[in-house]
Amino acid sequence: MTTLKVNGREHQVDAEPDTPLLYVLRDDLKLNAAKFGCGLGQCGACTVIVDGKAVLSCVTPLVLLEGKQVTTLEGLGTISEPAPIQRAFMEEQAAQCGYCIAGMMMRAQALLLRIPKPTDQQIRAELAPNLCRCGTHMRILRAVHRAARLMETAALSPAEKRSDK
Amino acid sequence: MNAPVILDRRHVLKGGGALIISFSLTRAFAQDQTVPAAAPPSPPGSLKNSPYLDSWIRIDADGVITVFTGKAELGQGFKTAFQQIAAEELNVPFASLKVVTADTKLTANEGYTSGSHSMQDSGTAIQNAAAQARELLLAEAAKRLDVSIDTLQSEDGVVIAPDGRRLSYGELVSGDMLHVQAQPSSKLKDPSTLKVMGQSIPRVDIPAKVTGGVAYVQDLRLSGMVHARVVRPPSYGAQLVDCDVAAIEKMPGVVKVVRDGNFLAVVAAKEFQAIKAMNALANAAKWQEVAQLPKLNDLPSVLTNLASQDSVIFQRSDPSVSGQRTIEATYTRPYQSHGSVGPSCAVAQLADGAMTVWSHTQGVYPDRQAIADMLRMPSASIRVIHVEGSGCYGHNGADDAAADAAMIARALPGVPVRVQWTREQEHAWEPYGPAMVTRLKASLDAAGKIADWNFEVFSNTHSMRPGGAGCLLAAQHMAQPVAVPPAKPIPLPEGGGDRNAIPIYTFPNAHVVHHFIPTMPIRISAMRALGAYHNVFSIESFMDELAALAGVDPVEFRLNHLDDPRGRDVIEKAAQGFGWRKGQAASDRGFGFAFARYKNLAAYCAIASEVEVNRETGRARLVRAVAAVDSGQVVNPDGLINQIEGAIIQSTSWTLYESVTFDATRITSIDWQTYPILRFDAVPESIEVHIINRPGKPFLGSGETGQGPAAASVANAIANATGIRLRDLPLTRKRIKDAIDS
Repeated sequence: MTTLKVNGREHQVDAEPDTPLLYVLRDDLKLNAAKFGCGLGQCGACTVIVDGKAVLSCVTPLVLLEGKQVTTLEGLGTISEPAPIQRAFMEEQAAQCGYCIAGMMMRAQALLLRIPKPTDQQIRAELAPNLCRCGTHMRILRAVHRAARLMETAALSPAEKRSDK
Repeated sequence: MNAPVILDRRHVLKGGGALIISFSLTRAFAQDQTVPAAAPPSPPGSLKNSPYLDSWIRIDADGVITVFTGKAELGQGFKTAFQQIAAEELNVPFASLKVVTADTKLTANEGYTSGSHSMQDSGTAIQNAAAQARELLLAEAAKRLDVSIDTLQSEDGVVIAPDGRRLSYGELVSGDMLHVQAQPSSKLKDPSTLKVMGQSIPRVDIPAKVTGGVAYVQDLRLSGMVHARVVRPPSYGAQLVDCDVAAIEKMPGVVKVVRDGNFLAVVAAKEFQAIKAMNALANAAKWQEVAQLPKLNDLPSVLTNLASQDSVIFQRSDPSVSGQRTIEATYTRPYQSHGSVGPSCAVAQLADGAMTVWSHTQGVYPDRQAIADMLRMPSASIRVIHVEGSGCYGHNGADDAAADAAMIARALPGVPVRVQWTREQEHAWEPYGPAMVTRLKASLDAAGKIADWNFEVFSNTHSMRPGGAGCLLAAQHMAQPVAVPPAKPIPLPEGGGDRNAIPIYTFPNAHVVHHFIPTMPIRISAMRALGAYHNVFSIESFMDELAALAGVDPVEFRLNHLDDPRGRDVIEKAAQGFGWRKGQAASDRGFGFAFARYKNLAAYCAIASEVEVNRETGRARLVRAVAAVDSGQVVNPDGLINQIEGAIIQSTSWTLYESVTFDATRITSIDWQTYPILRFDAVPESIEVHIINRPGKPFLGSGETGQGPAAASVANAIANATGIRLRDLPLTRKRIKDAIDS
């Protein structure tokens, strides 16, 4: 048994220590967002956040994660109460098939935690490990910029929000 | 085999299926007696093949409305567009409807979701079925309220009489009211009054996709489900000579090893157990391989030397016009991969003798037939349900994964089996977009116009979809294999290898030949735009070569040869949006332009591009693109823009980077290192899409219209930047650098 903290909750996971985090998330914890894309660390579809950093869950074994905080897209918000990054991707309609999008959002979220107002170049450089085959890139870029604005607004106090208008 | 029958849609309708069936039989019988010799005009779109209104629209007594489409949502967003169309013509709020997509138990048989046909076929059927359903409801209300139908209004699912009396659709509908055949024409809404169609309504599928909801077949978790992996042969034609599975069957979690000839798979309780067992099984399997692949570096001559069936597909002669200056050129395209980001996946379960398969196939009905043939089961005992997968862009591994799941599920009765392909399997085994060669020759007259035009295309077929079990890898690999069926060309006007081979421009003399090559050295099938990608790349590159020879601006040169007014409009719109001819490109940059009407019968698309070429490294990068598209009546403008943006980026990736590689025996482009595609560092600064809306005009398919123009537009911009014409796809950094250096 390995103790794994995912989205703020501790789980006792019965999996071999070499099991990549991706399969623990999908198979043991029944979480959908992290996607299998290559299992080789080449495409980013499986990206999640571990202790604030974007991590490729398909090549990160369970044994390395004891005592760390894992965040998946499910941990950011819900369909009825979406997080800023989720709202931004909905508002920009930043998906076609959408298979790569959860990984894109997690990598972008990690960037925004580190750099709240990234430049376009910083976003492009950060997202370079993640592949999108439908060609939704322009919308993804717009959505990350929008998420930065939404997060900034969300961080303001109610009084600041009023004076901001 | 006494297999049970999975009831079809007609049997499961609410309100007494048996009664409905008896009505329809009575009607069919009556028709047999009275139908005159001449066939009546058929209703539009897919209503032609599935004429009953309730194949498309169901209204329950509680007012719940369900729309059915036999097409599969692949990420194009048409599920939302269909909901808009139905809401518009039924006069109900958008959010009050639900759309059910391809399912052999529930929806009409609309064949494959391909060829940019969804809006034309299914969208048109839903539009007309909804309009005719509304008319039937109004007629029923007129009868009950004893007023003239012309005095009635419908609004939000309620029919309202002039005196204010109201009847809801749910109150008006009765058992078989919509089980009638569609009329050839419908009272469609006046295009000037549209409220839901034409709006950029947010897509219904996106919220689940951005919050971790169940959105893909990969996300299905059926009770008691087990995880399977296949072990494919290392190469085409390899034979399994030895495989000791005893040790693998003892591995943790392993439920079963399935072997049927060269078909090999392993099933385990947990997913990573299945992966470990797959790796062990792959090591245990000894294969005998055959070196039978063509020479990669000599592909064009391999193709053109294969036997071909040649046909002249277009001929025009005007002996009064003759050319003076002649040029010729050969363009080539390699095999290219669909490269879905999510490898193929399927779930299957054999329960009480009936097989259910959840698949991201593009064609639930043909896939069902192929699986039935493979398993030697009646197709009525198989249900195929479409569930979204990763974007496919044509025939990828989806159908094969569905067949794999069915094969394995048959060996484990009662247990739901999920099969997930690996990245390497998807890359090595998907049927690629076919390699192609085009030869062009044209002459200019004294005035600098094209006097004669010769175009030859060499290509395999562009569809090896099932089809028949022989198109499925599992059926090819099993102990009693099913042979791959002979390839057939896709007939014109849509065409396969010759799609868009006939020029849309008007030339006084023109000769177009299709060399159809039946032999397929590499596994191929349908990839977005089929032959149109390479044919438009060739035609539109050569148009620029001819424009340069004539000393005429490329946009003006195209307009000089184009009569089609809608084509002229998109060319002018894209040129205007781009600022064509207003200034020169910077020294390391070039401008390029290209245009096509997809299949010469679907959406029009023109694209202007600015490309930057690094002369030191040879690296080309699309800086900006401006497109104009005419897709007829637009249903969801943002959805259309999304499709064109995606087409430009994907086609740019094909055009600059992509080719399948192989040695004498094996495919060697088996992941994203060996098959690189466009990444964020190469994404343009901007893409602008201008829509020319045509209210009231038929829907034109637009999912594939951008592929050819985007490729040629980029190639023309590279030629403009470097002064060098590159004719062999992909236009890689190395090829550009070598051309600059030589």
